[in-house]
Amino acid sequence: MADVASLSPGAEALRRGAAGPSGPKPRHVLSRRNIFLYGTLIVVALYYLLPLYVMIVTSLKGMPEIRLGNIFSPPMEITFEPWVKAWATACTGLNCDGLSRGFWNSVRITVPSVLLSIAIASVNGYALANWRFKGADTFFIILIVGAFIPYQVMIYPIVIILREIGIYGTLTGLVIVHSIFGMPILTLLFRNYFTSMPEELFRAARVDGAGFWGIYLRIMLPMSLPIFVVAIILQVTGIWNDFLFGVVYTRPDTYPMTVQLNNIVNSVQGVKEYNVNMAATILTGLVPLIVYFVSGKLFVRGIAAGAVKG
Amino acid sequence: MSNNERPNQLFRNLNAKIASIPMILTAVVVFVGGTAWTVLYSFTNSKLLPRLNFVGLDQYHRLWSTSRWLVSIENLLIYGAISLVFSLVIGFLLAALLDQKIRFEDTFRTIFLYPFALSFIVTGLVWQWLLNPDFGVQRVVRDLGWTSFSFDPLYNSSIVIYGISIAALWQGTGLIMCLMLAGLRGIDEDIWKAARVDGIPAWKTYLFIIIPMMRPVFITTLVIIAAGIVKVYDLVVAQTSGGPGIASEVPAKYVYDYMFFAQNLGQGFAASTMMLLSVVIVIVPWAYLEFGGKKHG
Repeated sequence: MADVASLSPGAEALRRGAAGPSGPKPRHVLSRRNIFLYGTLIVVALYYLLPLYVMIVTSLKGMPEIRLGNIFSPPMEITFEPWVKAWATACTGLNCDGLSRGFWNSVRITVPSVLLSIAIASVNGYALANWRFKGADTFFIILIVGAFIPYQVMIYPIVIILREIGIYGTLTGLVIVHSIFGMPILTLLFRNYFTSMPEELFRAARVDGAGFWGIYLRIMLPMSLPIFVVAIILQVTGIWNDFLFGVVYTRPDTYPMTVQLNNIVNSVQGVKEYNVNMAATILTGLVPLIVYFVSGKLFVRGIAAGAVKG
Repeated sequence: MSNNERPNQLFRNLNAKIASIPMILTAVVVFVGGTAWTVLYSFTNSKLLPRLNFVGLDQYHRLWSTSRWLVSIENLLIYGAISLVFSLVIGFLLAALLDQKIRFEDTFRTIFLYPFALSFIVTGLVWQWLLNPDFGVQRVVRDLGWTSFSFDPLYNSSIVIYGISIAALWQGTGLIMCLMLAGLRGIDEDIWKAARVDGIPAWKTYLFIIIPMMRPVFITTLVIIAAGIVKVYDLVVAQTSGGPGIASEVPAKYVYDYMFFAQNLGQGFAASTMMLLSVVIVIVPWAYLEFGGKKHG
């Protein structure tokens, strides 16, 4: 509360300025308000950036330097060896082929999961928006309410189902699990989007004789690319970052990257190599970070949509 | 559209029904069926394999007399209180700062939000490193001269949950800030003008006019934070693996460990049912306020 109070005079001054006669108004760059405002923002921004910075500098140092030095100091001698080791030779249990295995597992999990979950959910949302049948809304409500159920409640029944089908422990099984748990939010996203599209469009296509799939493929799909991009961002980051499903539904040789990373860093045997650990950590975080920085505002839209689900 | 009179109800809209099969299966089999199954089996004495051998509330009795579960609940409450209060306060303050028509708003927003793109595993491991007493913040401050400085939250069982909360706040406040910022942007400029005309200082406008107006945003945010609190798992696994001892255990980890390591399925089911119950306690009043209480305005 103290912050709000001390912010107020400056904030008010700004608003008074904005309310006055329009047009450029001379303003002091170094006013008390600006110093306070930007000062606070910069300090907070540094705090948020600090872990990323420490990760990077640690991963570029050799172990002797880490033991002697300060985690915040830049590396005196830059070495990329930890990165190479993290990628290619770091050990988890008996496997010593580094994070690359987890990386490729994650790719093989994320790509089909994203495609499958979006394909299912978009058609689903389209059916809910334009082809409503009796009872459809009931299932939809169950789906949305289900999104709030803790995963722990449904984990074991799914283990049994997957085991019965014979795909427990395989990547296929995990892809199906991701598609199931991505469904509520994605269906909601697509349903709302398709509902907001002009009804006339749909009617005109019907008059012209287009059917369910024809309208979906030729009209809805090309017109809703932005929402597909949002869905892709949401799913790629969500699935890449998943840990719980990975650890439950895969085996050591099919572990996704997050699980393998945790096993590398938190393994109890051997000497701790903090530089390798940090390199491995950055490598794991790199994919969602790239998605984040490239997608910009769309990412915010995606998480705002995803957040509604909780 | 069709010439045949009253076609069979089942085949009307057939394609839409086919397209909805995955949704129907997910909703009925996984969400309803799975939940019912787990709740049902929480009343059995299943060990390695699920068996329908009912023992009443035995699992729950044992659950609530297990110190590890009690520690988990206590941790969840502390972690939850910290997450709720600090993410709301910090998130709102950051949003209010960004809402002052500042320059580089996009840059600041990008910086505050980037941790949210990272997984809890990555977050937990970075903060494990930063809070490492031998190399991290404690060592740096000691090297500066305060040799008695002590800051080792991850190795001190009485404060370990606060160490975890620091990492959680770093990761999650950006999201809250974004939601709050959207809420602030949704408020009519005229409100600010009116408040200015009346000579109300900005902080009072925020506290007594803007925040009450943002009630829906706050409620949504609250639900999001609460749902995230119950689920906390990966962060603890990455940062402390529940240690030192059992000091940073959380319910989600209890469930996982009992189901997949301790081979005591009944305990796992009972614990997960308790988690479900806690979510119901949070969600039902919210759903009531949001959807049921509309007529009260």
